[in-house]
Amino acid sequence: MKFNFTYLLLFGFVFFSACEKDDEDNGYVNRPTPAPLEIPQIFSDNILDPVIPIDNPQTVEGIALGKKLFFDPLLSSNNTQSCAHCHLPQNAFSDIPRFSIGVDGVPGNRNSMPLFNLAWNYDENFFWDGRVFSLEHQALEPVINPVEMHNTWEVVIQRLQQHPEYPNMFTSAFGNGPITKEKATKAIAQFERTLISANSKFDRYLLGLTNLTPEEENGLNVFMDEERGDCFHCHGNPNNPLWTDNAFHNNGLDATFSDLGLGEVTGDPADNGKFRSPSLRNLAFTAPYMHDGRFFTLDDVINHYSEGLQDSPTIDPLMKKVNEGGVQLSDQDKADLKAFLLSLSDPSFINNPDFQNQ
Amino acid sequence: MKKILALLSFVLLFIACSEDKDDNILPGPTNANISFTFSHDWDGTTINSTNLQTEIVTNEHGEKMSMARIRYLISRLELVNENGDAYLFDGYKFTDLQDESTYNFTPVNNNIPTGNYSLKFIWGFNETDNIDGAYLDLNSASWNWPAMLGGGYHFLQFDGQYNVDTTAPSPFNFHNGTARVSDGVFEQNFAEINLSTPITITNNATIEVKMNFAEFFKNPNTWDLNVLDTPLMPNYDAQKMMQENVVSVFSIGNITQ
Ligand code: HEC
Ligand code: HEC
Repeated sequence: MKFNFTYLLLFGFVFFSACEKDDEDNGYVNRPTPAPLEIPQIFSDNILDPVIPIDNPQTVEGIALGKKLFFDPLLSSNNTQSCAHCHLPQNAFSDIPRFSIGVDGVPGNRNSMPLFNLAWNYDENFFWDGRVFSLEHQALEPVINPVEMHNTWEVVIQRLQQHPEYPNMFTSAFGNGPITKEKATKAIAQFERTLISANSKFDRYLLGLTNLTPEEENGLNVFMDEERGDCFHCHGNPNNPLWTDNAFHNNGLDATFSDLGLGEVTGDPADNGKFRSPSLRNLAFTAPYMHDGRFFTLDDVINHYSEGLQDSPTIDPLMKKVNEGGVQLSDQDKADLKAFLLSLSDPSFINNPDFQNQ
Repeated sequence: MKKILALLSFVLLFIACSEDKDDNILPGPTNANISFTFSHDWDGTTINSTNLQTEIVTNEHGEKMSMARIRYLISRLELVNENGDAYLFDGYKFTDLQDESTYNFTPVNNNIPTGNYSLKFIWGFNETDNIDGAYLDLNSASWNWPAMLGGGYHFLQFDGQYNVDTTAPSPFNFHNGTARVSDGVFEQNFAEINLSTPITITNNATIEVKMNFAEFFKNPNTWDLNVLDTPLMPNYDAQKMMQENVVSVFSIGNITQ
């Protein structure tokens, strides 16, 4: 189901003005200030509006609360680890180790995912294997995950209630009434939805503000050419500047699977070894790559697609010439493809002052 | 003055009542709302989201094949009655076999007179509609056809493996869209589908359109995947053979009213 954000907004206005007199009922002292997402032109020109749940509109107070929670180690059992521990602004909200280390020093089995343009994940299936629907639900998980923050929400709520600032911030964002995990995760989701990246060199090229180098241009052609890279069937194209289809594929990493990915979630063997295509934005900041961080450089990734493919029953048919290991790109095409991929990175995103812990 | 007013109101009345070619909205007992439902099979074996990825089928040339993904686009559905009056439904229909909610199509503009019709539509987009990047929902589905091949949109994406009964199955990517004649020279590649089966509309109705995927590999060109598997998008001859083969893929099923 796609829905139209403008209608939603309109509906929201009507709804809000219709309810204006019921302040006390809703428990608000001062109503939170609406802060609708500013949709970049490169998105509004090309793709559908972002998904904002009807019961969690963006507000100034909600976003501020969500940001504070995101950077607060209070969420973890021993007060040492915040979400930002594994989702660092300078890594496009991913992290550096292959497997992130949780509060107990135990590593997980997946590479941390970068966080940007999350409101444009239309199907709202989050994580590498899509096991959680919606950002609000996703945020419940790291807090209680034993290899991440290893806490309980009861403890988190207690700490928040006893905190000098949080109770007021929750009231401003969500009205009177107790602090709940639902309110906390709504706020975190609001903050996460503001993490928008749409100002790469390639974005500016599409807007007519800059030119590509001949190498980047050939790299784009490799990316779009079914006879060479053929990356665009899964990773977007100039008319889909998300640079992902947010769908699940087996891109030929392994012949047998230690991590079943989507198959673990659906129980369907036809889904074994499938993971969600990541966006190719901000690769300059998000190494290592793949769900298990097995590749440390983009050259490794490109070599994988060119000659390192592993066959398996669920491999995506878009992985061509798998019997020969891949499409065997020339050295020139590999170098140019890499140059193009790097033009999708957006330094203004990792340096955005709104996204830093301050 | 009176004359002018009378004339003016007459003109206004006339404008207000002139029939919009697209709308055809004249509600009344003699009119009906139409919706469409698409069903898919391989020579009689139903294919839907449950068995798409598990069904093994045999194509006309004899290869056993499996299917991973089928998505397709049709546009300009039109019902034409015995007098030749055409009722064109706005919009286009993008179907993803994995998502059964996309099997149905309820046009926004609707309400046609009861009577006898036949159905026609465009496979893909015609030249007027096949504008690069113009449709945000299709862009969001990464349905675009590369600019180097003429741009616009895919008409079909059919991915799978063939020779799956051997030790060396191979992938195929049966993708259809604009045909590239040579560098920078492109040829439209849509097909006009005319289904002559009479459709009698007596009431609000759902028209079933059936799609037999086996026909893509059958008629008039018997497709040999061993020769033509991938890449097919830049292959002019393959694109033209697909355009020929799609014509027999569709037929009219049940009319429910
Ligand atoms: C110990 C490291 C760690 C911590 C702490 C952590 N995460 Fe993550 N995060 C990960 C890993 C690893 C994944 C991928 C896990 C998977 O797919 O199974 C992930 C995935 C995500 C995703 C999914 C993104 C997508 O596109 O699907 C979101 C959103 C997210 N984390 C938000 C948070 C929030 C909010 C917090 C704090 C409440 C948090 N994370 C704390 C490591 C961490
Ligand atoms: C069949 C769909 C598909 C195609 C085609 C495809 N990819 Fe991928 N790509 C994926 C999936 C799925 C993943 C994640 C796989 C995993 O981690 O298990 C991925 C991961 C990546 C990553 C790692 C990103 C990260 O943040 O970890 C890069 C880089 C990448 N692909 C580039 C490319 C390039 C370049 C091409 C063309 C040569 C390409 N892909 C073709 C589906 C595809």
